[in-house]
Amino acid sequence: MTMTGYSLAYQFWIRFKKNSLSVAGGAIVLALFLIAVFAPLLSPYDPNDIDRKHILEPPGIKHPFGTDDLGRDILSRMIWGARISLAVGFVAVGIATLIGILFGAIAGYYGGWTERIIMRFIDIMLTIPTFFLILAVIAFIEPSIWNIMIVIGLTSWMGVARLVRAEFLSLKEREYVLAARALGASDFRIIFRHILINSMAPVLVSAVLGIAGAVLLESALSFLGLGVQPPTPTWGNILTLGKDNLEIAWWLSVFPGLAILITVLGYNLLGEGIRDSIDPRLWETGRK
Amino acid sequence: MLTYLIKRFFETIPTLFGITLISFFIIHLAPGKPTDVLTELNPKITPEARERLEKLYNLDKPIIVQYGLWLKKIVRLDFGESFSTDRRPVMQKIWDTKKPLLERRLFITFMINLISMVIILLIAIPIGISSATHQNTLYDKITTTTVFIGFAMPSFWLALLLMMLFGVYLHWLPISGLKSLNYDSLPLLAKVLDRVKHLLLPLFVAAFGSLAADSRFMRSSMLEVIRQDYVTVARAKGLPENKVIYRHAFRNALLPLITLIGLSIPGLIGGSVIFENIFGIPGMGQLFFSAVMTRDYPLVMAVLTIGSFLTLIGNLLADIGYMIADPRIRVK
Repeated sequence: MTMTGYSLAYQFWIRFKKNSLSVAGGAIVLALFLIAVFAPLLSPYDPNDIDRKHILEPPGIKHPFGTDDLGRDILSRMIWGARISLAVGFVAVGIATLIGILFGAIAGYYGGWTERIIMRFIDIMLTIPTFFLILAVIAFIEPSIWNIMIVIGLTSWMGVARLVRAEFLSLKEREYVLAARALGASDFRIIFRHILINSMAPVLVSAVLGIAGAVLLESALSFLGLGVQPPTPTWGNILTLGKDNLEIAWWLSVFPGLAILITVLGYNLLGEGIRDSIDPRLWETGRK
Repeated sequence: MLTYLIKRFFETIPTLFGITLISFFIIHLAPGKPTDVLTELNPKITPEARERLEKLYNLDKPIIVQYGLWLKKIVRLDFGESFSTDRRPVMQKIWDTKKPLLERRLFITFMINLISMVIILLIAIPIGISSATHQNTLYDKITTTTVFIGFAMPSFWLALLLMMLFGVYLHWLPISGLKSLNYDSLPLLAKVLDRVKHLLLPLFVAAFGSLAADSRFMRSSMLEVIRQDYVTVARAKGLPENKVIYRHAFRNALLPLITLIGLSIPGLIGGSVIFENIFGIPGMGQLFFSAVMTRDYPLVMAVLTIGSFLTLIGNLLADIGYMIADPRIRVK
């Protein structure tokens, strides 16, 4: 399939939209964005409005997803919870990607001892059960949204670093890089302007898939009571209420969990879709 | 092969050292002190008493000295005393020699993870292979969709749904603990059944996430292998399809999965916190969670070290498995 004459972005779009699942993933992510941005307009109630006359009401016309033990509207809390999930996902992955690019680029470009030390450091980080480490750190410092983003970011950069290193290893001996060097370009310029630009595609894919992981991690922390603290609504802390009221209020467990599932599914589908449309090796054979 | 293994084993020692170093510094550099918890409970505590406490736990010394003291002890498998009010040795909390084996925390968590790993492999590999050999059929599409959803499923949500379904509505399975209250009065067979019933849901939840990931991985690995020339050759010389798949393709497709399994161990161990918390299982995850909440530094460090150690052992075993499956490495 050759499509010379079209811009790269257009070619990408043509391939991307061929797969309806990828488009569905993109639509889910877009919808989440809109929900998070327009949360004040969309939510039928104030998420923190306590209504003691209507506690633990099952889903009905007034409250489509029911109410919790303080009579707060679950749908409204979930709409506002989308903000936390989105913000944590993007910022945490942003941090992880930056760190990963930096370590990966340095290791791949310079090689030698620098590389060996960085790779050993990565091995160590991959061996620590990071969920334990995250729990400990978040419990010791206070579980604010910023701390959670930073801690998730600091413990999930290893995959990106390995990826970027591998890209650098294969790209740094290419002729265009040698040419840049012969022309007297600085290391900084070669790394960031020449090599990194050409290895951005897999990084983008891994970032989108990484957001899915970060969303899951945030909700797990929140569920354990170590996420963003109530009364701020998060999907995870609604689920904690669901666990406490398991016998009497199924709606507290079912809806927020479904929201997490759909979100993660959306990022995963989008990520795989981007990968399939960017990677030329997958064009000929079609989607695996 | 033996020299490689020995070399590989000694390589894990500096890694373990690095892990403890990083964990120790991260945990001790976090703001606040463990004595805060003790003093919070007792607001009348005097600054002198506080100082005495800090001295008792060596918290007044520079952090590098603290690390040295800690390291010196763990060589003898002594993780120090717990900061909690019972002051028991950490090792006794993790591996209580006074209790039967089945009720020791480390044993409980280790066995649940091991059994779920076996379940994962027994289910994920056949699913992966069969959906690869039946690519693009309805069966393949159904498994692929299931796997995709399973991949996105938060394990704690799955746990809640299962508890609701099997515990609250159907009353088939217990939803908390490892045995019933009347366990001791049951006859032997009923005892075994009681334990199995308590373990079914936790095992399913522990296995589920990796099940999806591993079968997907097995599928794509298998798809890659069956396009190779040697598989075509095996078919061309008239081997039955079963032999082609299980003798020629399977072994090669297994290689990347072995690496993946090694890498997934920290995730499994980390997941223990979640399912032990939900199902009220008295294992390492539950212990760790309460240790974290009470700033019990020695206990937190002990669990982190043991968890990392198990991961390293797992990686080593994965390497050995890799060698058994791949003769090319054995020769080197």
